Formats: sequence, structure tokens, C-alpha cells
Amino acid sequence: MLCASGRLLAARAATSLPAPPRGRGPAGRHPRRELHFPGQPGPPPGDSLAGQQTRQSASPHRRVILRWGRMPPAVGRGLAGAELRLRRSRCGPRAGRAVGRDGAIQAAARSPKRPSPGSRRFEGTGRQALLVLVTLLSFATRFHRLDQPPHICWDETHFGKMGSYYINRTFFFDVHPPLGKLCAFLGSCLVPFAYLIVLDLSKSLPAALVTAALLTFDTGCLTLSQYILLDPILMFFILAAMLSMVKYNSCANRPFSAPWWFWLSLTGISLAGALGVKFVGLFIILQVGLNTIADLWHLFGDLSLSLVTMGKHLIARILCLIVLPLALYMAIFAVHIMVLSKSGPGDGFFSSAFQARLSGNNLHNASIPEHLAYGSVITVKNLRMAIGYLHSHRHLYPEGIGARQQQVTTYLHKDYNNLWIIKKHNTNSDPLDPSFPVEFVRHGDIIRLEHKETSRNLHSHYHEAPLTRKHFQVTGYGINGTGDSNDFWRIEVVNRKFGNRIKVLRSRIRLIHMVTGCVLGSSGKILPKWGWEQLEVTCTPYLKQTLNSIWNVEDHINPKLPNISLDVLQPSFPEILLESHMVMIRGNNGLKPKDNDFTSKPWHWPINYQGLRFSGANGTDFRVYLLGNPVVWWLNLVSIALYLVSGGVAAIAMQRGAQLSTEVEGLTRILLQGGGQVLLGWMLHYFPFFLMGRILYFHHYFPAMLFSSMLTGILWDTLLRLCAGSLASTSLARGIHAVGILSLLLGTAYSFYLFHPLAYGMIGPLAQDPKSPMAGLRWLESWEF
Amino acid sequence: MGEVLGFLVVELYGSESESFDEVYYGQYISFYMNRIFFLDDSGPPFGHMLLALGGYLGGFDGNFLWNRIGAEYTSNVPVWALRLLPALTGALSVPLGYQIALELRFSHCAAMGAALLLLMDNALITQSRLMLLESPLIFFNLLAVLSYLKFFNSQKHSAFSLRWWFWLILTGVACACAVGIKYMGIFTYLLVLGVAAVHAWQLIGDQTLSNVRVFCHLLARAVALLVAPATLYLLFFYVHLALLCRSGPHDQIMSSAFQASLEGGLARITQGQPLEVAFGSQVTLRNVFGKPLPCWLHSHQNTYPMIYENGRGSSHQQQVTCYPFKDVNNWWIIKDPGKHQLVVSNPPRPVRHGDVVQLVHGMTTRLLNTHDVAAPLSPHAQEVSCYVDYNISMPAQNLWRLDIVNRQSDKDTWKTILSAVRFVHLNTSAVLKLSGAHLPDWGFRQLEVVGEKLSPGHHESMAWNVEEHRYGTSQEQRDRELELHTPTQVDVSRNLSFMARFSELQWRMLTLRSEDAEHKYSSTPLEWAMLDTNIVYWLHPRTSAQIHLLGNIVIWASASLATAAYALLFLWYLLRRRRAIHDLPEDVWLRWALAGSLCAGGWALNYLPFFLMEKTLFLYHYLPALAFQLLLVPLVLQHFADHLCRTQLQRNLFSALVIAWYSAACHVSNTLRPLTYGDRSLSSAELLALRWKDSWDILIRKS
Repeated sequence: MLCASGRLLAARAATSLPAPPRGRGPAGRHPRRELHFPGQPGPPPGDSLAGQQTRQSASPHRRVILRWGRMPPAVGRGLAGAELRLRRSRCGPRAGRAVGRDGAIQAAARSPKRPSPGSRRFEGTGRQALLVLVTLLSFATRFHRLDQPPHICWDETHFGKMGSYYINRTFFFDVHPPLGKLCAFLGSCLVPFAYLIVLDLSKSLPAALVTAALLTFDTGCLTLSQYILLDPILMFFILAAMLSMVKYNSCANRPFSAPWWFWLSLTGISLAGALGVKFVGLFIILQVGLNTIADLWHLFGDLSLSLVTMGKHLIARILCLIVLPLALYMAIFAVHIMVLSKSGPGDGFFSSAFQARLSGNNLHNASIPEHLAYGSVITVKNLRMAIGYLHSHRHLYPEGIGARQQQVTTYLHKDYNNLWIIKKHNTNSDPLDPSFPVEFVRHGDIIRLEHKETSRNLHSHYHEAPLTRKHFQVTGYGINGTGDSNDFWRIEVVNRKFGNRIKVLRSRIRLIHMVTGCVLGSSGKILPKWGWEQLEVTCTPYLKQTLNSIWNVEDHINPKLPNISLDVLQPSFPEILLESHMVMIRGNNGLKPKDNDFTSKPWHWPINYQGLRFSGANGTDFRVYLLGNPVVWWLNLVSIALYLVSGGVAAIAMQRGAQLSTEVEGLTRILLQGGGQVLLGWMLHYFPFFLMGRILYFHHYFPAMLFSSMLTGILWDTLLRLCAGSLASTSLARGIHAVGILSLLLGTAYSFYLFHPLAYGMIGPLAQDPKSPMAGLRWLESWEF
Repeated sequence: MGEVLGFLVVELYGSESESFDEVYYGQYISFYMNRIFFLDDSGPPFGHMLLALGGYLGGFDGNFLWNRIGAEYTSNVPVWALRLLPALTGALSVPLGYQIALELRFSHCAAMGAALLLLMDNALITQSRLMLLESPLIFFNLLAVLSYLKFFNSQKHSAFSLRWWFWLILTGVACACAVGIKYMGIFTYLLVLGVAAVHAWQLIGDQTLSNVRVFCHLLARAVALLVAPATLYLLFFYVHLALLCRSGPHDQIMSSAFQASLEGGLARITQGQPLEVAFGSQVTLRNVFGKPLPCWLHSHQNTYPMIYENGRGSSHQQQVTCYPFKDVNNWWIIKDPGKHQLVVSNPPRPVRHGDVVQLVHGMTTRLLNTHDVAAPLSPHAQEVSCYVDYNISMPAQNLWRLDIVNRQSDKDTWKTILSAVRFVHLNTSAVLKLSGAHLPDWGFRQLEVVGEKLSPGHHESMAWNVEEHRYGTSQEQRDRELELHTPTQVDVSRNLSFMARFSELQWRMLTLRSEDAEHKYSSTPLEWAMLDTNIVYWLHPRTSAQIHLLGNIVIWASASLATAAYALLFLWYLLRRRRAIHDLPEDVWLRWALAGSLCAGGWALNYLPFFLMEKTLFLYHYLPALAFQLLLVPLVLQHFADHLCRTQLQRNLFSALVIAWYSAACHVSNTLRPLTYGDRSLSSAELLALRWKDSWDILIRKS
């Protein structure tokens, strides 16, 4: 049966690649061919995606419309059918070779349930037909009524906007890495992928079928894959990585063969893809990493392998699973940064050096005087990302908040009010007067910063700051540059000697208030309305060096000094990479929920507590509601609990050395190893969310849900087999198994029939209304469709 | 070990004034002495109670103002007794370290080394000489590990003996105490649980034992390591709540029901109130969520400004806000829309779930109203006002459906304090909600109340409960105003069950978000391992005698080095064993692995989680991890001597090196002594000479 799956996968993929050379070796079929997947060197499953992408770019205006890539399902289907017949003869010989030492044992373990030779051919074609059916059904459900509703839903506003930024090559800043927006819609592939993974892990067709049915008939997955969102793409890569990992595990007995290399590198490629879409991709990387470590540990304990071979294994994995994905990921980023080469609204989030490479930004190819001199007009930027420029404006701090003097804030955007003039602390003469010689500002000098627009001095005093009560308030004070001794600041360059000149852009400076001894900094807190929601500037008495209190000079105007070109400033690619990631992480953490609002909690998700309104809220609208099919989800939930119990019992029985029949032992091993891997996937994609401080949504659970569905498939099939196996009569046992699986399949299909309006859209009164057609389906009060 | 004890306890009188966090814990001790309720989110109450016990035994009356670091203690504060317990536990940690090394089957020499390190580290000494909780925590951590080891070692030959039970149960008790002192104790608890789980798994695999016996073993472990600590933890809270029975400054954070269970405070008001709210009842409505501030539904004469600062318009009707103080304007009357009367009929007609009511503001007799006008600060929600009829096309929409959130049945009546209710607006199905925003000056900085129309789910900020309640009797507005000003009468108390009080208190402690205060001496975990930071605990008001939390840098650095050496060696052995090369005999290897998993594991579990924490951290958070790390040093040294030094000469050389190193540690410890005990005033030059790292903050007086 494995053979069938491999063939089909290759067949499906072969729609876009020429078939590999075939027909080596004797044509005789080996009776145990189902044991090891021969590993056809097929093209990556992403090929169908390539097709969609070209369509995509051919009609860019469709981006703004709602759904991407309407690939007619018939293409994949027809070709796959044709390929099937060609490939069948090739599968046998390789599989025959593949049977190894432990293969024989496994075969023995499963031999009792091996069908009679007469029915095998029938089953072979049946299995292929099943995969076709599964794929078909998946595509059919996903593409049905794809053009409804014809308006923007949920996050589509967000990602649609990003799409148009790419077209205009304007730089922007987003909380997710870039690949997602370059990619098109892949949701339909999830079902066959899951089918193949389960087939490989459990070696059982019914288990795979149950999984496929659960995912096909889940309204949540369906809804999610019908819209322009990142999640289907992410889930595609997660499952692709999982699938190739499973496949390369089954090639483990033939290391360094072509299929082994192929699946290994495909795993790496999928990992890069997953990480490139969303940071949630980190979890699948973790899973693959754990699997690889276990794998290497296992190999390392095999004393028949020499250390040299071990080294080769290690290097192969480092190459394919670390170097390759990293290179790909960086390539994606390089494209992102190259495409977005123009200045745009996201500039202020980034450092001066980063901005210098954006065309249209005033730092791009800038030539400005290098050393700071008295009389220079400058802007001062905080070194911590996303804080902005030192700013002041003609508004006073309101009554009751410190002294009623002019506000000083930081502001993320470029503005005339960001300009300051450096003056000597004790004279108020105009340093730009040509009769004075140029005098450079040096480390340790005592200066005064005069705000250019309002002619007030940067000032601090023993009043508490508006938000950070332990710091001092910073204000604009004085008239036309005449203030008091509280306007004096000592300028210091971090890690430099006294007397050095101060360089524009490069020097990291601190401003220390002479009277109170505090350091100018920004707390990063947002001021209320009276401060125009700019960020608070304080003078902190704690002298620890943090980025909040370090600044650099960005713009510099001084007619008495020669301008020099600042191309040397170009940051290297690793610096850009690092900086944009820092900004993304800060952005992600910045998405904090408000205290007084209802937010989705991770514990809501597996119980399907509440969905997301995708579009429409009132009885008159066309409504789509993202909600898992409750039958599927609750079955998954029960299955996890049941798995923990049965897995625990099985593990303890094994540890106690219980005497099991070979068949039961084989099933137990599938339960513990196959199921364990999927359970690990579920845990890794679910539990980290409990630790996240950012705002969470229901759709974050879907990658975990895929794994949970696979677990359900494996669990029920194995349990039914175990139950049936304890009965004497084989025909009765098979009957029970068949009835159980069939009822699962039909049950989910029926529940999908009931709940399909959630995904395909509903019109009419809300479900609270007893007259609504959906009234009977509102099983939980928290559902609002 | 006698002299060890003496050495630490010797001088508790050292500083006669408050230092650093003593101020923090001191105020809670005073609360205990006065039996006033408080809420401290820094940890469970067991540690506070231990300190308070010292105060109680020393005869402290609780009358001392803990407000300033460095203030002199008055004569009524039994400083010695208060500091006795931390000092005692700190001193006892030293023999515990000795015993642990022995139980790990290392030599007496190694054990002595471990004890010496625990003894000589200046940071541990400082911490245990003041009224702080780290040294009890370290004590219980080590006790848990030691008793588990004793239990494990008696497993082979005397399972289920008295001794076996004793150590097993002591493990659970020590774990519970550690968790009860600080939440941090949970890391050690996890460590013990993890090691116990691995051992239990090996036990399951032992086929010489019968199934019944294995089951008994597992059951005993589950009871002692899971059930017992949980019970004990509850017991701490039980004692805590039993002790603190008077209302105090932190009442407001708790729910009305909780407050009513304390003597004084709210209970004085709510006792004797009628239980069921009826039509005509006069009530105050408290928001259940109570964030950012606990507050009551409020209205006053002032109206919303016609035009807001940003140009949007309002209805210009009477403001409705949430007000964090008791006020006569917080009173509302529940009115039946069908009738005109504002008094309770005889017999009273209770209000039930689903009833439609009007809310009349007591002082202005205006009706609570909401309409399709954007709220002042949350434009997506509806404005809530008290309706003023301006005779323009804006009709009154003042009917609210009562929705009891925590009802048992749909026929439930609305009960004072106990019921959390939502008010659902009949016309727009908006829900009355506290948005959490502060109104500007025109709203007197009170909190904004809105009608939330499309909320994705239920949130506590929409729920309200009746706090003060009386049946109204006055028909006339003038009489009613007088009635509103008089307090409600006093009668019996209403009690919450212990579990309800416990769960509420625990939940509030865990979710209380204190202002993330930046501190002069706060540090990051990266600075700890190499001792790049210190904390000034106390400075003598006149001389330059001072107490620092400053470790013995030789010991700290070598402990970090030993951990790294252990990790590398362990990895090396592990890989070689996998290739079937056994450098160590099996029993030595098992010992080595167990020692590492307890000591290095204890260090890692107590240290690494801090990298993920967002709260303000201090150097003393590292001390529990350090205690584990110190135990590892002599074990690694002994391993080097026994297994890596091949010839006698090498062994002798190594011993000489170790002795030299110990003397260096001793010397450093002695040099830093003035900063540890604060008993001697040093000159500026001496202080400068002690500033070995630039990042150390040592106070030098300007003369």
C-alpha cells in the first residue's frame, strides 16, 4: 500500500516534470513490497503551486480581488490517472530490494492481516482510486463557491495591502516574514498530504482515510483555505516538511540513495518555506530537529557503522536541514529587501543605517558633514528600534503633569519639529556667523540643544515624568534660547575617549543632564491624547547603559562644513537581516491585547469554543464564520485523551515486559511510534501559544489541528484493530473494523452536510433566532453565526 | 558542624536598621501581627508566615512604619527574632550540602568541600543574615533533594520501612514548603518530580517485582509527592486566611463577596442587607472585573461636552461613569418599567433573570440610557448616559434586560453581592461595560462606561454585582436623598467557603499586574553567572559601613567553570558509551549522572527560566541556582582526581591545586567580609580597592 501512495504522489507531481528514467531491474513482484517505500525521486509537491503562481502573476489585478489561483481540479486528476498505469510496473522491483533486516520482522508482525493474493490486485487499484478520490474531494470542497462573498474578509485587508506594496516596491514593515505574500493558495493539498503521512506512519489505509475525511469535512480548514490568508500556505509547508521527513525516515535503510537525498533536501526546503511564511514555522523546525537528533542517536549506537559513515550522516543532515533552509530563507529575505527598495511609510521603524539603502529616503546617497560642530542643525534618533526622533512642539504639558512647559517627545515620522540646534552652553551668539571659526563638538562638552522651530532649550528638572514616575520630566524651556542652568547637557560618546569629535550617524551618544545627573532617554511608552500619542521622553536617574538612553545624530545641516558622501554607511546583509528580525519580533510582541476586551485564549481552541467572523455580522449579510466542524473537533479532543490513556497503558505493558502476540506488538509499535510523532507535532504547535503574550486568534490552532486529526486516524484504526483482534473469528474481526471505520467516515460526512453553510456562507436570520435554519446547529451558546 | 552554625548566627545584631527588601517583607509582618488582610503577588504566604512567626515569638506588636531603607529600628522591633529564622535556615543549608554530597556517594572530603563552599560564599551569608526569604527557600530546596536521595538510597534494601516512608514524605513536605515560600520553589519541585519519574519508570521495568508491589510503590510516590504537597499548599492558605481576618488596604482588589467575609470594611456595611434585589431596591453596582481600578457605576449632574476635542459630537446628556470611590452618586434604584413607584412593595417583588428593568439614578432621578451615539473614548461602542429630554428627536431608550451570568437556573433571583449580572439593552442589545479608559478632565478622570454592541464573547468587564443594598421606603425625592446618605443597617455576616476564598485569592495573586518598576539595582540573568552586578542593601547613616549582596567571585567563577566542565565530560562519556566504550564502571557512571541531574539540573532549572521572564530581576534571584551549582564543584573535582589523574604524582599535584584554590576562596571571602557584615567602616581607598569589577556599585562617601 505504501507503494501505491508513492506512486500516486509521484504521479500527481508528474503533471509538471518529465518522468524519471524507469524500468531498471527485474520485473518480478516481491510479496512483501508494501513494507518499504521505494522513494521515487519525484518533484517537490510545490510544483502545482508553481502553476498557480504563474497564473497569479499573469493577472495581478486579481490580487485585490479575493481569492487566488483558481486551478481547475481536472488538470491534476486527469494526468494522475494516466500516470498511474505507467508507473505500476516500476514499483515492485525496488520495493523488493528494499526489504531489509528489520523489514522482515515488521512484515512478520503484520502478516496475519495481509490480504489473500487474489484480492491484492483489486486492493491495489482500489487504493489508487482512493487517493484520487480523496484529492478530488478535497479540491472539490475547497473550490466550491470560491467567488463568494465578493468583498474583503478578515485579514484580507492586511495581506491584500501588503500585496500592493510589493507591486509598488514600497518598503513596509510587517510582523510576518515575507514569503507568505509572494505565494498563492495551497489549502487543497493538505488533505492528500495528511493522507500520505498517516499511510506511511500507520501502514494502514483505513487510518489514512479517516484522517483525510476529517480534514476534508472540517469546515474550519475549508473556510481558512478559501481566502487570501497566510495560514493555508503555512500549513502546506508544515505538512510538506512532515511528509518528507516521514518519507526519508522510511528510506533510512538505504542511506545516501537518491530518494533519501531527495526527501532529506525536500524537508529542508519545506522548512525554509514554513519559516518564511510565519514564525509559527519554528515549531515544525523544532519537530524535525528532534526527530533528526533521535535519528542520529540511533545511528550512533549502531556499532556496525564506522565513525566516518557517522560523520557523513551528520554532514548530510547539516547540509540539508540547516544550511539549505538557511540559505533559502536568506534568499527569500534578500528578494524581499531587494524588491522593496523604495522609501515608504515603514521607514521610521528602522535605524538610520537601514534607511540609507532605501531610495527616496533622504539618507539614501546622502552627503552630509561628518563631524558635529556648534551651530549644526541636527535630528537625534533613539538607538532602540521603533522609538523615533527627539521631538518637541508648541504644546504644553497639561495641568497637573509636571511643570507646565513645552512638551518633548519622540516621534517616528520625519518632521520639521525634529530639528535641534547645538549651541554652547554659555554663549548665545550665532555660531553660524562667518566671522567665527568652526568649532567641533567633542566628547564631554557641555552643550545646549535648542529646538529650531520654537527656540526653546531641551530642559529637565526634579519633576516626575508623566508616565514613568521614577524618572524626571523633560521639557522645552526658555525664550529664544535663554533659559537657565537646567538646560545644560554633557554630550558623551559611548566607549570613546574624551576629546574626540562626534560623528554623524556613527557615534552612539548619551546626553547627561548637568544639574540632576540623569540621562536623556525614551521610555517607549505612549503618551495620552494630550501628547498626540507620541512616545514619552524622560531623564532617567539610573545610569545603566540601555539602548533607550543612547541616541545617534541622523540629519546634519551645517553650511560651514564640507559635505561628504556617506556611502560607507551601507549596512551589510547580515546586519539588515538581524535588524529587520528585531523589528519584526518587537512588532509581534507589540500586539498586546487590551485588558478590558474579550480575547481568544488557547484553551478555547481545541474545544471549538468560539469561531471568528470572517464576513458579515447581521442577519441580512452574507455571512461566513470560521468554526471547526464540531463533530470532527470533539472527536479529535476525545482521541487525544484516549491516546494518552491507551499509549500509557501500552508503554507500561511494554516496560513490564508483557508477552504480546506479534500482531498486537506491531500495532502497539505503530500506536507508540507513529502516533507519538504526530502527538509531538500537536503539542509543539499548540502549547507554545500558552506562553505568548501577544494577541491570539482562533486560526492559530489550525496547524495543531492537522496533527490532531492525523492522530485521530491512527488511533481509531489501531484501536479498532486491537479490539477486533481480541475476538476469535477473523471475519467477525474484519467486520467490526470495517463497520467502525465506515461509521467514522459517514459520521463526519454527515456532520459536514449539516455544517457546510458556515464555510460556504449563510444568509438569513442569526442562529439565536429560533426561525433561522441554523438554529438547531448552535450547539454552544458562544457560537455566533 | 556546630561551629558552622555559630559562624552564621554570631552577629545578627549587625545592622540595627532596615535594609533593602526588609522594608518590603516587614510591612507584611506588621499586617500579620495586626491580623489585617493583605495581598502580595510576590509569592505564596508560607514564607511571610515564617517571618511573622519569628516576630510573634519575639513579641513584636506590629507597630512600626516600614517606609525607608536605613531607618533605625525602634526598641519594640525584635530584630534578632525576626532575623533568626533566615539565619537558622541559612546555617542549616551548610550541613544539608554536606549530607547531599555523602548521599550521592561521594567522599567525606568532597562533602566537606561542598559544605565549605556554601559556608564561604558571601552572597549566601548576606542573604541569610537579613529578614529575607531566599535562605529558607534554599534550605527547603536542599532538604527536598536530600530527603529524596535518602529515600532513594533506602529503596533497595528497606522499601516501605519506617525510614523509607519518613524520607519520602519529607521530600513532599519540603517541596511544598519551597513552593509555599516563593513560586520559584516550583523549579526544584519539578526537578524532584522529574528524577522521581525516571526512577519510577525504571521501577516499572523491574520484572522481579510483582505487579501489586509496583502499584504500591507508584501509589506511595503519588501520595507523597503529589497529594501531600497540594494539601500542604492549601493548608498554608488556610492558615493565612484564618490569621488575616480584618479588612485592610488591599480590600478593594478583591470581589465584594470576599470583602464581605473580612471583619470591618465592607462587611460592616453589607451585613444585614436584604439578600434578594427587588423592584424598588436601592443598590450600588460594582464592576466585577475591576481593572484598571475597582469602581462603581456612577452618574452626576454634569453632561457630556457637546463637542469632543477631536471634533466628534455627543448627545450632551448626563454623564455615566465608573467611579473608584464610595459616593452617594453611586446609588441606583431598580424600577419596574410598568409602574411609577420607587419603593419596595410589601411583600417585596424580587427581580429575576430575564426581567426588564429601568435603573434610576438616586440623586438625579434620571434613567440609565444608551443609544446609537459613539462613546467618548471608544467610538466603536455606544455612549451610555442618564437621559435628559431635550425635546429633540432622540427618544429615551432606557429598558434593560437583566442577565444573571452565574445563575443556577433561568428562574434565579438577583442576589446582593453573589450574583454577577449583565445589563442587556433592549433596543440595541448592547451590554453595559467598563471600557477601562480614563475620561479627560470634563469627566473628572473617572472611568468610561460604554454599551458594547458586538462583543465576540463574554468578558468580566461586562458583569456587575450589587454591593450595598437596601429596600427603599421613601416616596419623596427629598426623603430619598436623606435615605441614600444614611448607611445601611448592620446585622449578620455572610461567609464564603474556604475553597472559594482560596481560589479567588490565588487567582488575584497570579494575575495582579504590578507596575513594572525599573530599579537601580535590577540586573539581567546574563550578569549573574559571572557576578557582574551587586546590590547595596544598607549603608550606615554616618560612616561608610555598608552591606552588599556580593558573592565570592572566586567561588562563583569556578562554579560556572565546573558546570561547563561537567557538561562537556558528561557529553563525552555519553557519546563514548553509545559507541560501547565504557570509560567509567557502571555504578560510577550512574552516580555521576545522578549527581549531575540533581546539581547541574537544579542549577539550570532555577536559572534558565529567568531568561524568559519579563519582570524586574535582581541578583538574589540567582542564589537558589547558585546553591545547586556550588554542590557540583567538589563532585567534579573529586571526579577529576579519581578518574582523570592517572598517576599518584598527578593526583598529588591536583590535590595541592585544590587546596590552593580553596585557600584563595577563603581569602577572598575574608577580604569581602566588611561588605558582607557591614560591621566596619572602610576608608575610601579601601573601598576603591574592593571594587574589583567596574560594574560593581560600591558606595563611597564624598568627604
